[in-house]
Amino acid sequence: MIAQLALPIAQGGPVIPTFQRGSNCVRENRQFCWEWFSSHWSSTFQPRLIEHIELTAIAVGIGFVIAFVTALVAYRWEWAVNPATAVFALVYTIPSLAFFQLMVPFTGLTRLSAEIALVSYTLLILFRNILTGLREVPPDAIEAAQAMGLTRRQTLTRVELPLAMPAIMAGIRIATVTIISLATVAAFIGVGGLGEPIFNAIQTGFKTQFIAAGVLAVLLALVTDAVLVVVQRLLTPWARAKVG
Amino acid sequence: MRSIIDAFQFIGDNLHFMLTKTVEHLALSGAAIAVSLVIAIPLGVTLGHRHRGSFLAINASNIGRALPSLAIISIGIGILGIGFINVMVAMVVLAVPPMLTNAYVAVDGVDPDAVEAARAAGMSPGQVLRQVEMPLAVPLMFAGIRTGAVYVVATATLAAIAGGGGLGDVIVNQATYGTPGVIAGALMVTALAFLVEGLFAVIQRLLTPRALRHEEGPAELLAPVIEGT
Repeated sequence: MIAQLALPIAQGGPVIPTFQRGSNCVRENRQFCWEWFSSHWSSTFQPRLIEHIELTAIAVGIGFVIAFVTALVAYRWEWAVNPATAVFALVYTIPSLAFFQLMVPFTGLTRLSAEIALVSYTLLILFRNILTGLREVPPDAIEAAQAMGLTRRQTLTRVELPLAMPAIMAGIRIATVTIISLATVAAFIGVGGLGEPIFNAIQTGFKTQFIAAGVLAVLLALVTDAVLVVVQRLLTPWARAKVG
Repeated sequence: MRSIIDAFQFIGDNLHFMLTKTVEHLALSGAAIAVSLVIAIPLGVTLGHRHRGSFLAINASNIGRALPSLAIISIGIGILGIGFINVMVAMVVLAVPPMLTNAYVAVDGVDPDAVEAARAAGMSPGQVLRQVEMPLAVPLMFAGIRTGAVYVVATATLAAIAGGGGLGDVIVNQATYGTPGVIAGALMVTALAFLVEGLFAVIQRLLTPRALRHEEGPAELLAPVIEGT
């Protein structure tokens, strides 16, 4: 019965909602319809792009705070390193499609569900990069700071953290592009973002929408990565000088 | 805890079905890993051997890491249609960069003294490559292969969305298989990822010259990712 119902749809080709505006390109489902894309940019893509950026920024922001505090604790008290790494590595291995769905019984089809999963994925990357950055500060620099009479807190904020900055920024960069990727999957539980047009296109088979949403997500990731490289260079001018 | 037990119950009750899905998952991942290796390793090794193309080889992984997997699959569907091939191509695009970069860095970074000594001993460039550079490059090269392989196994879950089959089918269909099915699928994917990682670790050990075999372990999986550009 079900197979019989499904068959005519499958044979009839993809069902594309044209909303009376379909051009030949859209009706024939050609490779890419520029006209459709530009006329649907503001309704279908721009809001999703903004949602995507919001989802990512919130996740990396909250993830950074948690990872930073945990890394500082682990830097001072060595015993905390292994349990923290184990917990963060464990949540990191959960397949994203499963993680998003498993949050739904607890927090519903909400942004909160998506953010809990996304934040969890940032933790391992950020934690180990912050911790490694702090650990690789030359002991001489710390000793010199202490000899100059800096307190422990001053040593941390004026010597150790600035010297750890390249590693920390590298972590933020990797975490951000990872979350941009995972946030597309978050649309599976209906929280918007650029994954939404992708999942809609799976229902309709509309090629233009597949390609447009995919390319936008790729561009967002690459542009963000490039911007973070520039930020990293601005924050650590001494690292740049060393290379040249 | 209860749901984990339910998930194992689910695997037990649907053993044949879960095995079928696992085999699909492995077939898809295996094909993608094989194609990626064939593309990435010869290219990376050749560039590393000649100390050329560092810009391409090193930036490949920076760009590759940034590519969102679902977006690549989506573009793939738009161009190639739904199915196995599209998903495989998408996964190759994602797996080649880390393999390529590591193969390049591994061969490029082989101790020049060792290479010079080999040349002085009368080895041809081919012999230097096969008998000196490649063996010395194994640990770092395999780090890239393992990263790429684990990435493929994890991303293959998304294949279900694009009609590629595999364990993602179970995870996506919560309506049919319920929460135990989702957790069971997730557990299987995670187990597979560790299995594949372990498999390549064993191969790496077998290929590593005896003198270089030391302090290898799961610690590498958790090693920090710090890269300059």
